[in-house]
Amino acid sequence: MHIVVCIKQVPDSREIRIDGRTGTLIREGVPSIMNPYDLHGLEAALQLREQHGGRVTVVTMGPPMAEKALKQAISLGADEAVLVTDRKFSGADTLATAYVLSEVIKKVAATWGPVDLVIAGKQTLDGDTGQVGPGIACRLDLEQLTYVEKIVAIEGGRIRVERHLEDGIEVVETALPVLLTALKEMNTVRRATFPNMLAAARYKPIVWTTADFPDIDPQQIGLKGSPTIVSKSWVPEVKKVNTTYVDGAGALWQALWTTDLPDRLGWAAREGAK
Amino acid sequence: MSERFDAIVVGAGPAGIAAALTMARGGLNVLVIERGEFPGAKNVFGGVLYRQQFEELIPEWWTKAPLERPIVEQNYWLLDETGAAKVGHRSRRYVDGKPNNFTAMRAKFDPWFAAQAEAAGAVIICETVVTSLIMEGDRVIGVRTDREQGDVYAEAVIIADGVNSLLGKQVGAHREWAPHEVSLVVKETLALPKEKIEDRFGLEEGEGATIEILGNPSQGMVGLGFLYTNRESLSLGLGIMVNDLAASGRTPYDLIENMKQHPALRKLLQGAELKEYAAHLIPEGGLRAMPKLAGHGWMIVGDAAQMVNFVHREGTNLAATSGQLAGAAVLAMAASGSFSPEGFQRYAHDVGASYIQRDLAKYQRMPAFLHDNRDLVMGKVPQVLNESFYQWFSVDERSKAEHQKQIIDGVKGMTGGTWNLMRLAYKGWRAMNE
Amino acid sequence: MEYQGIMVWVEHRDGTAKSVSWQLIGQARRLAEKLGTEVFALVQGDHVGHLAQEAIFRGADRVYVLDHPVLKDYRTRPYSTSALTAIREVRPEIVLIGATYQGRDLAGAIATHLPTGLTADTTMLDVEPDPSRLLLASRPAFSEKLMATILCKKYKPQMATARAGIFEALPRDESRTGQIIPIPFEMDEAAIATKVLAFLKGEDRVNLEDAQVIVAGGRGLGGPQGFALLKQLADLLGGVVGASRPCCDLGWIKNTHQVGQTGQTVRPKLYIAVGISGAVQHTVGMGGADIIVAINRDPNAPIFHVANYGIVGDWQKVVPELIEAVSAGRPLMGVAGGEAR
Ligand SMILES: Cc1cc2nc3c(=O)[nH]c(=O)nc-3n(C[C@H](O)[C@H](O)[C@H](O)COP(=O)(O)OP(=O)(O)OC[C@H]3O[C@@H](n4cnc5c(N)ncnc54)[C@H](O)[C@@H]3O)c2cc1C
Ligand SMILES: Cc1cc2nc3c(=O)[nH]c(=O)nc-3n(C[C@H](O)[C@H](O)[C@H](O)COP(=O)(O)OP(=O)(O)OC[C@H]3O[C@@H](n4cnc5c(N)ncnc54)[C@H](O)[C@@H]3O)c2cc1C
Ligand SMILES: Nc1ncnc2c1ncn2[C@@H]1O[C@H](COP(=O)(O)O)[C@@H](O)[C@H]1O
Repeated sequence: MHIVVCIKQVPDSREIRIDGRTGTLIREGVPSIMNPYDLHGLEAALQLREQHGGRVTVVTMGPPMAEKALKQAISLGADEAVLVTDRKFSGADTLATAYVLSEVIKKVAATWGPVDLVIAGKQTLDGDTGQVGPGIACRLDLEQLTYVEKIVAIEGGRIRVERHLEDGIEVVETALPVLLTALKEMNTVRRATFPNMLAAARYKPIVWTTADFPDIDPQQIGLKGSPTIVSKSWVPEVKKVNTTYVDGAGALWQALWTTDLPDRLGWAAREGAK
Repeated sequence: MSERFDAIVVGAGPAGIAAALTMARGGLNVLVIERGEFPGAKNVFGGVLYRQQFEELIPEWWTKAPLERPIVEQNYWLLDETGAAKVGHRSRRYVDGKPNNFTAMRAKFDPWFAAQAEAAGAVIICETVVTSLIMEGDRVIGVRTDREQGDVYAEAVIIADGVNSLLGKQVGAHREWAPHEVSLVVKETLALPKEKIEDRFGLEEGEGATIEILGNPSQGMVGLGFLYTNRESLSLGLGIMVNDLAASGRTPYDLIENMKQHPALRKLLQGAELKEYAAHLIPEGGLRAMPKLAGHGWMIVGDAAQMVNFVHREGTNLAATSGQLAGAAVLAMAASGSFSPEGFQRYAHDVGASYIQRDLAKYQRMPAFLHDNRDLVMGKVPQVLNESFYQWFSVDERSKAEHQKQIIDGVKGMTGGTWNLMRLAYKGWRAMNE
Repeated sequence: MEYQGIMVWVEHRDGTAKSVSWQLIGQARRLAEKLGTEVFALVQGDHVGHLAQEAIFRGADRVYVLDHPVLKDYRTRPYSTSALTAIREVRPEIVLIGATYQGRDLAGAIATHLPTGLTADTTMLDVEPDPSRLLLASRPAFSEKLMATILCKKYKPQMATARAGIFEALPRDESRTGQIIPIPFEMDEAAIATKVLAFLKGEDRVNLEDAQVIVAGGRGLGGPQGFALLKQLADLLGGVVGASRPCCDLGWIKNTHQVGQTGQTVRPKLYIAVGISGAVQHTVGMGGADIIVAINRDPNAPIFHVANYGIVGDWQKVVPELIEAVSAGRPLMGVAGGEAR
């Protein structure tokens, strides 16, 4: 089985602060990490390789410093890691990113053999759209299974998974090759062994630039190929609240009943049913 | 597999990296193991980096490394409850040409420094804890890490794991630090726009200043505060000897909050936004707490070996020098083809002959002196000094003679008489001079 | 032909619509007014005629219906293929889809095929009137710390997914009329690789992100025991327990419960902060709650700056009393003190 995992290096958005005066991000000192969902996607791939044999190829499109995330993937046990990097790819939105990644996956297939499974993360911490996965699936004409929390079985060229939805779990089956997007619930990410850490420290990822894609459409990549633009950003205002001080728990409970909470939370309905 | 290295360095602080860089440049196969997410990830210091010792490792390093501000002005402030007696020195001599020292952030400097060692060929593995040394008899032959298949072997292991050196304890290089040998420092990084920093501290663009703070903030305990200017933030810290802190029942957090409210500091900090806080130990036992430095297969460097000159708040430079000396000793052994116990002892001799030993020897009585006289040094001296300045500068109905008599009485009263004052001065002088 | 009109995808499970769909039709109405255009609903499914009618009551002018057995359960390929047929035919200038799991799945596929730009997870939707008629799609970024407005100038339709619970639905109005337009669509079940085998309806998971009520504890609880009491209160209110960072660092509670800058960002309807001082690193994570209650014995605690209701007091007294009050159910109004509102 050949599995391709799409990973992205992202700033740890939990550590990002906003400069209150200028409304800009303070990226300084913010660690770059592998997008957490992608890490779970990679773990899923490694587990499948253990069960079914095959290989795991990791790809990322990003700046040279994304090499660090690829090395991490190698330390966890990926077979090969590809860094797709070029000025011309930068500034891409989800449409352009998915286009390039779909070309990358074609090239991965041409280089190391046909791909049975592509795994992306549920969403990224920075882009935060969850659109790149479906975008890749469309471009490659793959079946897509998003928000997967469990791979139930892979046999006879078919895959069965559990998808996590707001109101429950959907059990779905489809034919390989397929693209799935991974949730954290899928697994617990392993800790790299020491020999793998050493291998990763010495590993040099394979680097592909636009020159490696002679047939790519320059109109569809990077900033040029991106229909969406960020026109402005601002720091959301802290809502001003007038605090009503209440005297003890009983008074608080009464006060809460004067709001719309009992309706919106169904307390009123519950009371009515009594 | 069990790959064998020429040398393993535990800890990617200034000491460990200096060692790794030295050895990797000499062509050795070097492995550095660091528990942090990256070198410097959790490392805390004031902090001031000194040009000299790093220059010996990387000429002109300061033109390339990520630093905050070259320092033009250094101050001592002695605080009583509301006042501040200030002494300091400002001069362009510190920065014209090759600067004397710089403020810096470890989370930025350490990764840069480590990258130099990596470029020289050292392999650095992060997020990995060395849990113990692997011994063969009394010889250290490798390290065990907290990862699967995590044993690694080497001819030499350099222990650079910082103040709370677990590995140092394992080789019996030292005992647990006594609570009067380490201080606990809490440090806050407070974001402030650079124009504000330069205005408030009277600095030209890019210049830096430091303030060491004695007196009221430590609330009578042996301790020292500091306030340093970074590019776009201030580093505010307060360190208290662990024994005093434990006895007081106060929290460092509460003490630093209190310090921020001092009238002499409040305005400097106004509007600055808390970016991060951290706590760390500083070994302050000095020479008398310094352990055995080497044995068969191992050497111990930097904070792990108590190499901090706290009187001058120097630590990183001693760390770098000790690492360099240890690295050189390994290179010499590799060149001779023999990793004998004597080869490792060469490092101990070299430290003995260096400024590290001489500087620490000079202040070896200081920890005990401060411990024994903390009420005076931390409390009464700053108080009396503030009172003296007040009398000196105040104009009221009294004559100058009356004011000055009050100063003298105050000084005498502090120690209970002239005789005691002279004894204290003598002991203080001795503590500074072996 | 020009692109015009705003199309909203009507999501449903087994014929019961998701409320986000009606919320988006409500918002689409407001935007359509500004643009002087119409609101379209797109209904897909098997025997979903009633949803088409309902969409009109909810504010749609025209409803396009794709009714076919292969559309019984949501599946990406049949849904996206048929939706594309409709979109290509109708040519709406804006397409809005709920940012639910299925909605995001569908939107990503459609936008790629068209192709066009797609803004995910918006919480503010506005339009610029003629001549630009641009959709101003704004969304939170970087853990809610920043808002960004995203435009799609050169491609049509402009697409966005939008969060549930943000926009207001219109009151259901049975007197509203509109057009229901079936769109013919053929697909052979045999040609679809994906099969939905089962749907296991689940209780909403106990997770902070989706919780409606959060009872959170801070260092003021003084130890892990306090959390047991908070759990009791949370259970009564149908909520979950949150915590400030020190509590997690101290091991009083698992750090999956941490709310704040380095923990989870939450948006419950009710957030009760017990023994939490209200440091910004905490409040950035919970400031979006609709109603915040603070219980703290220090009247100067900054948590009161963000709280709608405050009780200055010791939680050891207040929380048990609150549990008692909640257990008793709807309070008798007008008794006991406290000037509410
Ligand atoms: C608040 C504060 C202010 C200071 N101010 C100054 C100043 O202004 N100027 C100055 O020169 N010095 C200052 N110092 C002292 C200075 O920081 C230290 O002397 C210096 O960092 C020592 O370097 P080191 O390499 O020995 O140890 P460290 O810098 O502590 O490095 C040790 C490294 O080892 C790693 N490690 C530890 N255990 C293990 C293990 N088991 N496995 C793997 N890795 C491990 C740690 O993560 C760390 O990276 C200050 C110290 C503090 C705490
Ligand atoms: C980079 C960074 C990231 C951080 N990220 C987070 C984060 O994600 N989440 C987070 O929560 N914090 C975070 N913090 C920590 C944050 O700054 C505060 O320290 C923390 O939120 C304080 O937690 P607390 O309110 O529980 O504790 P305290 O600040 O100690 O407050 C305890 C409160 O309990 C009250 N109290 C005490 N006893 C009682 C009683 N018997 N009855 C009623 N009230 C009582 C006290 O009056 C006090 O207000 C972060 C800090 C930094 C620097
Ligand atoms: N630049 C990229 N390189 C590789 N994979 C990516 C990239 N951007 C997004 N992805 C994948 O697409 C998923 C969803 O990303 P997003 O649409 O940005 O939320 C991620 O979890 C990754 O698996």
